Amino acid sequence: MTIATAFLALLESRPRHGYDLKHAYDQHFGHDRPLHYGQVYTTLAKLLRTGLVTVDGVEAGGGPERKRYAVTEAGVTDVQRWLDEPESPQQYLQSDLYAKVIGALLTGRSATAVLDAQREEHLAAMRELTRRKRGGDLADRLICDHALFHLDADLRWLEHTATQLDALAAAVRA
Amino acid sequence: MSDALLIAEGLHKAYGETVALDGADLVVHAGEIVSVMGPSGSGKSTLLHCAAGLTRPDGGDVVYDGRVVSALDDGERSALRRREFGFVFQFGQLVPELTALENVALPLRLDGMRRRPAERRATALLERLELAEKARSRPGQLSGGQHQRVAVARALVAGPKVIFADEPTGALDSVAGERVMELLTTAAVEAGAAVVLVTHDARIAAYADRGIVVRDGRCAR
Repeated sequence: MTIATAFLALLESRPRHGYDLKHAYDQHFGHDRPLHYGQVYTTLAKLLRTGLVTVDGVEAGGGPERKRYAVTEAGVTDVQRWLDEPESPQQYLQSDLYAKVIGALLTGRSATAVLDAQREEHLAAMRELTRRKRGGDLADRLICDHALFHLDADLRWLEHTATQLDALAAAVRA
Repeated sequence: MSDALLIAEGLHKAYGETVALDGADLVVHAGEIVSVMGPSGSGKSTLLHCAAGLTRPDGGDVVYDGRVVSALDDGERSALRRREFGFVFQFGQLVPELTALENVALPLRLDGMRRRPAERRATALLERLELAEKARSRPGQLSGGQHQRVAVARALVAGPKVIFADEPTGALDSVAGERVMELLTTAAVEAGAAVVLVTHDARIAAYADRGIVVRDGRCAR
């Protein structure tokens, strides 16, 4: 998902000023990476240029004029296209964890020690995410859950691999 | 970290030809939450049972608060479990004929407390575990998550120093399981109780302050 696509979805929900758009983006999409104002106005300029967004109104206040932006029909179509297309599942075929296990077996070091150290690292990360999740709102909880489920999958792989090390060592050294 | 409250050292336990523990260790400090993970058959539940004085190890020592648990007679061990420890298991721990309130008050009643004060304390814990409206329900009328929260309240009611929880969420879906863990760990921290949490689920183990892994009857790390 690009920043532009997120902006189109936010503007489809209702027209917004650039300032509101940044805060709504940070709340729903930014997580730990808030947008810079420069990115907001660069992205809006591009969306205006390509006809996906229009200026819905201009408010004069005490300070500079504030433009309110709205999505166009073409922008709504872009949002629909984004939602219609499933994301490609990541296949994780270039696994650093697997590479380290092979490295240990090739060099006669302990692959069990590699797996144990990695398990400890993963569990520590899961404890940290769980602490964060417990203090968060529903959005935080779901974002942390996404990370936790992925780490859990890694851990299952570590356990599975631990049971296959003898056979893998024989294959690697053959 | 404070001094160790419970130390299990070099535990051995076999059931016939099957070796369940082969030199396992566990150290628990006051007020901390420790997870014990490991694959099925690794010995993690046996480690919990030996540490809690439910099972006598064949070898090794369990020392709780300066007392050698394996040297206590059955009556002393039973009193230790009733007064100092709380237990949460996966299944079958509530008395089906009793209400949730009576189940929670049961350890206090068995220890001789009169009904009124026992039920007052049980009511406070049911409220803490967000089950006040289920106080008069029997276990058969509770959902799986509510059942486990009643079990947590019962484990806490006597003011234990250590709660031993063996797969407390093993029969629950992930949302109910996490709710049980949030309430269990929060209530235990508030009560100053340590928790020994046996689980095969890393997402549940992540509620602990630290963890150990048991494999082939020994601690892997």
